Amino acid sequence: MIDFQYTRADTIADAIRQISANTEAKFIAGGTNLIDLMKEDVERPARLIDISRLPLKSVEETANRGLRIGALVPNSDLAYHPLIAQRYPMLASAILAGASAQLRNMASTGGNLLQRTRCAYFYDTTSPCNKREPGSGCSAIAGLNRGHAILGTSEACIATHPSDMCVALVALDATVHVVGPTGARAIAFADFHRLPENTPQRDTNLERNEIITAIELPARGFAANCSYLKIRDRLSYAFALVSVAAALELEGDTIKAARLALGGVAHKPWRDPSAEAELQGQTTNPSTFTRAANVLLRDARGFEHNAFKIDLARSAIVRTLTQAASGIPQSQSSKKIA
Amino acid sequence: MTRASTAQQSNSVIPAPAKITVSLTINGVATQLSIAPWATLLDVLRDQIDLTGTKKGCDHGQCGACTVLVDGRRINSCLTLAVMKDGAHVTTIEGLATDGALHPLQQAFIDHDAFQCGYCTSGQICSAAGLIAEGKAKSPDEIRELMSGNICRCGAYPNIVQAIQQAMGQS
Repeated sequence: MIDFQYTRADTIADAIRQISANTEAKFIAGGTNLIDLMKEDVERPARLIDISRLPLKSVEETANRGLRIGALVPNSDLAYHPLIAQRYPMLASAILAGASAQLRNMASTGGNLLQRTRCAYFYDTTSPCNKREPGSGCSAIAGLNRGHAILGTSEACIATHPSDMCVALVALDATVHVVGPTGARAIAFADFHRLPENTPQRDTNLERNEIITAIELPARGFAANCSYLKIRDRLSYAFALVSVAAALELEGDTIKAARLALGGVAHKPWRDPSAEAELQGQTTNPSTFTRAANVLLRDARGFEHNAFKIDLARSAIVRTLTQAASGIPQSQSSKKIA
Repeated sequence: MTRASTAQQSNSVIPAPAKITVSLTINGVATQLSIAPWATLLDVLRDQIDLTGTKKGCDHGQCGACTVLVDGRRINSCLTLAVMKDGAHVTTIEGLATDGALHPLQQAFIDHDAFQCGYCTSGQICSAAGLIAEGKAKSPDEIRELMSGNICRCGAYPNIVQAIQQAMGQS
């Protein structure tokens, strides 16, 4: 690992002051991704500002019956929090589908949003990569791209965002609260992560001198009819080839409201309101679900090794919506797909 | 080339960071250490304190051999900067036995022959101690899922699950 300086931030204002004073500084919280990338020489911060002691570790109910999750709440604490387990089980399930117990104990809520792609070319400093070295080219487009994106890709980058938690958060209409030198602002979750376009080096719309302080969930948690299904090469502790977050509000077998998001297929958690509109007012059956899947995947484009993801995603969407409709969510322990 | 020259340039501008004094309670013993910012908890345990029971496997958080308990929670010590844990209580495999008696998990791993080469074992046992403290795993499926951060390349998994079940029955 390279030399770097280490400081601690005492307050949020202090953290913003410190990050603004040094353009080569980075925040560190859980460190599970950043330390790894520093060992790989992909990240080379001159200074790490330790924000892990800031008072951002509580989960509180909001005035409009939602929840405000502090940015430093560890992933495991969030997944097992009684209010998350009861009211937002799809979020709990998505968190538990990701990483390992040890990593979930370390990783923070805010850091989960900011983790970087696991594209092997991004990690390999001897390969061209526009995300790591803008303008150097994309090695994945004509390379080993089995795990890569099928939606929202660009000529510059076909990397995926690796998070499971974020797939549930975008489906639940979460809001990201951030603070910067000019004050606080709120970012709708769907607008937080970016598509690669010509600037794949920018994963999110967070400015470099801003800090995530909280994630807010609205009241509606779709607890009765939801599921998170993750398809991967191993049954545990592997990144998604395709994952699906599906949530329904039902009246009998009529869909009153629907939420549908995909992981493992794009540079950001993929949600498209037109696919949800396809479900609204319809009855819960496989043909309805297939129509919604076709809308969600209408612009999907495969590369040499990942075209299978399009059919896999279609099947997974239908299966996850079926699980949600039946009120039997996918278990993250028993790996049998219901 | 660009990266190398940038690095050289930064090295000439930025002085080598000073070591930082950190207090850690390791296996019940309070210790003050002078630590470089980039030193992982794993390297500090092994190289500065000579507690070599904690193993370095992949050094990237993928294998679990480096698992220790920090303030009672299992973590990957290879992805933890020691300076960030100032004031913490760390328990390693060397700290599990009490008064010369093996920890129930250590005894259970022997009883069930839950290892072959043994390299992953200290991580497996510390992880299992964390698992039992968390109280979320009851069935073998749940044990397997919540132990998936610990790889055993000898493939002793069925015996590891049995050993953990035995220790859970005693806790």
